[in-house]
Parts: sequence; C-alpha cells; structure tokens
Amino acid sequence: MLTIDAKNVDFYYSEFHALKNISLEVEQNKVVAFIGPSGCGKSTFLRLMNRMNDLIDGTRMTGSLLVEGEDIYAPNVRVDELRKKVGMVFQKPNPFPKSIFENIAYGLRVNGIKDNSFIEQRVVESLKSAALWDEVKDKLKKSAFALSGGQQQRLCIARALAISPKVVLMDEPASALDPISTAKIEELIYELKKDYTIIIVTHNMQQASRVSDKTAYFYLGELVEFDDTTRIFTNPQKLSTQNYITGRFG
Amino acid sequence: MRHLEQELKALRQDIIDMWKLVISQVSTAGDAILTFDKDLAVQVSMREKKVDAYELKIDNDCENIIALNQPVAVDLRFVLAVLKINSNLERIADFAYGISRLVINHPTLILDAELAVNANLSQMIEMVKTMLSQGLEALENENSSIATSIFNEDGQVDNYNNEAAKIIAEYIQTYPDRAYACLQFISVFRKLERIGDHCSNMAEEIFFYLDAKVLKHSPKQ
Repeated sequence: MLTIDAKNVDFYYSEFHALKNISLEVEQNKVVAFIGPSGCGKSTFLRLMNRMNDLIDGTRMTGSLLVEGEDIYAPNVRVDELRKKVGMVFQKPNPFPKSIFENIAYGLRVNGIKDNSFIEQRVVESLKSAALWDEVKDKLKKSAFALSGGQQQRLCIARALAISPKVVLMDEPASALDPISTAKIEELIYELKKDYTIIIVTHNMQQASRVSDKTAYFYLGELVEFDDTTRIFTNPQKLSTQNYITGRFG
Repeated sequence: MRHLEQELKALRQDIIDMWKLVISQVSTAGDAILTFDKDLAVQVSMREKKVDAYELKIDNDCENIIALNQPVAVDLRFVLAVLKINSNLERIADFAYGISRLVINHPTLILDAELAVNANLSQMIEMVKTMLSQGLEALENENSSIATSIFNEDGQVDNYNNEAAKIIAEYIQTYPDRAYACLQFISVFRKLERIGDHCSNMAEEIFFYLDAKVLKHSPKQ
C-alpha cells in the first residue's frame, strides 16, 4: 500500500491557485524531497498532508489525498487522529517551555496515555531514535531551552516520533542550523527511514540529493518532475528542473 | 554569468585547447614517421610537456569544481566527461610522442617506402586525425551526432592495423634481415590503433555529456 497517494490535488488561498493538479505517490519507508523556488507550493503541499492548512481562512482543496489508503479530507476524519499518524517538524525548533522529558511526554499525555512507565520508555526510545539520548540522558529535567539549536531540533523530531507516526513531515528542518547540526539531522533522516516515511522540504539542493530517495520539483504550483533522486540530479528530464538545480533558474 | 558558469567555460576552453594541441601532435608525429623527418619528431617531443601540463591543470580544475561547486545534472556530466577526455587525450599524446621517439632514436632506420604504402600507413594516420577532429567538433558544437561516425572509423582503423600486421609479416619472410626495422614499424600501427580506441572512448564521453547516454561496452550502431 502507498503511504501517500495524492490525485489531482488543487489548492486555493482564496482566489490564489496555489497548487495545480498535483498527483504524487510515496511508497513506505522512503525519503522524498520537495524542492523548488520560494512560493512554488512545496510547503503548501506538505502541509496538506496533516491538514495544517485547515487553520488558514479562505483555503480550499479539491482532489484526493490518501494516507495509508485513508482519505484524510473525508468528512469523518478526526484531525487530531491524523496528526498522530502524520507528525511534523518545522523550520525553527519549537520546543515547549518545559523540561526535555516533558517535551516528549507531553504528546503522549495529551493522547490520553497515563502509564508513567510506558511514557518513560517511549521518551527514552524517542530520544535514542532522534540520536539525542547520549547528549541529554543526564539532564532530562532541565529546560529544553538550555539545549543548542541543533539539539532542540532533534528534540522536536523525538517529540514527533514519540507518538509513533507513520509519516514525518519536515519543513526545512536544518535551514536554521550550523553544518555539524545539519549533518546530524541528515544522518538521522537516513536512519529514520527504516521505520518511517519522510517528506522533507528543502532549499538546499545538496541536502535533497544526500538524504532523499525521490525528489519532486515544484514550480508555480505545478509538480514539474518527480523521479528518483539520482536521476533528477544527474539527468533530469525537464529543462525547467535542470535550470533550477544547476542554479541557472530565473 | 554565475561563478560556476565561468569555471565551466574556462574548463571547456582548456580541454578544447588541449585537444587542438593533441591533434597537432598526432599530425606532426604522422608526418615525421612518413618522411622520417627528425626535426618534426623533435617538435613533438618538445611539446609533450605542454600536453602533460594541460592534463594536470584540467585534473586539478575538475577536482576543484566538484569539491567547491557540487555541480549536478548537465554540469556534473560535463565535468566527469572532461575528466575522462583529459586522460584519453594525454594517452593519445603519449602515443604521438612514442612515434616521434622512434624517428629520433633510429635516425638511420630506413623503411621501405613501398611497404608503408602497401600497409596503408598514410591512410591510417589520416583516419585517426579525422576521428580526433570530429570529436573536437562534436564537443565544440555540442552535437553528438558528429561523434557517431567515430565508432565506425574505429572499426576501420582496427582493420588497417590487422591488414598491416599481415603485410609486414609477409615482408619479414621475404626480407628477414629487415625484421628489426619491421618490428619498430609495426609498433607505429599498434599506436595508431590505440589512438583510434581513445577517440572512440572520447566519443562515448561526449554522448554521456550531451545525451546522458552510457555507450560503454555496448554496440554503437
């Protein structure tokens, strides 16, 4: 079964036609990179996958978007349940003003889990999965704000993993980080794809080529090309894709 | 023009200049062996270092472009193709140098002019010069179709080489006292045959760069 199956998706911000007839399939345990110039629609499309755009007035979507075979825009879908399945990590690390431990436990508690030993176990597992455990295991009760930017971002990834999602959406997760922290996030993405399907929006071409299995190039709201990353970065089929990735664009 | 485009443009000019120099080396070495003109052979020998300098510079420039600019798509294919063409051109120049050394080291070696004619030496030299020029033209005009004929011509160069071996073997049987000169002579054909192979390799690289096709180890028709 496909993890993501978008068919003929159009999306509007009031009158503005932001996404035009997007169809795209994502297989399980793959990393897909969305690339394209600012305003091309890649983040808009990413945010459709856990209905983050619902929060914006005047938006409208047509077409269908399935996550693990379920139409996530069907009337009976509970958005809080969807977001358990589809986690998200944002450009700027956004830890809660709580301890490191509580940042991760919070999502579990909100979802009704009261078993403290289970919560403790998930916190440890999530921190290990996010490659942060060794750095924070002795200071779990300290504020998350005491961590570096790169550590905070990995904490946010751990927080997303704690509720066992199927898909992790990442919107430029390393753009605010230094090269060492960026490398750790990229290594982490590589490890995480064993257990999760990951979709990452990035402006960094080298990052897209390093971490992803497939790459989707968006331009002016259209999906111009979607193919294996090796092919996109060695022999793209569309001139527009080539011009963008080689920096000749515009 | 962006910085990377400037770097690629300079690299392109360098490989074109090197290519022209190597054509000149092969042409002069060919004239030297056909006429046994030692002065021409010395010219080739003296210019060999210039070819080596090009090779080192182009290698270094490719390494820097990859490390500093991380080219992708057509730019990456161009840099990779230039790297390989660079090695092939250097080897071709080595063969031209080898032919010139033969003339320099054996100034009294007299070859039977009729044997050179019968073995099609002149035609074989012209053929590899044509192949080299076509390869350069394909790169300069970014037109892979120009390179297509190189694969056929490589086959013809192989035929010339095989025929020459038979003709020279018969000649040795007739004139056994000239065997040493003939063995030197046959190495010239072998070098020209290898130049043909390198031209074919470079044509494959031009296809890779322009059409993203890998033609290595596959039928070229």
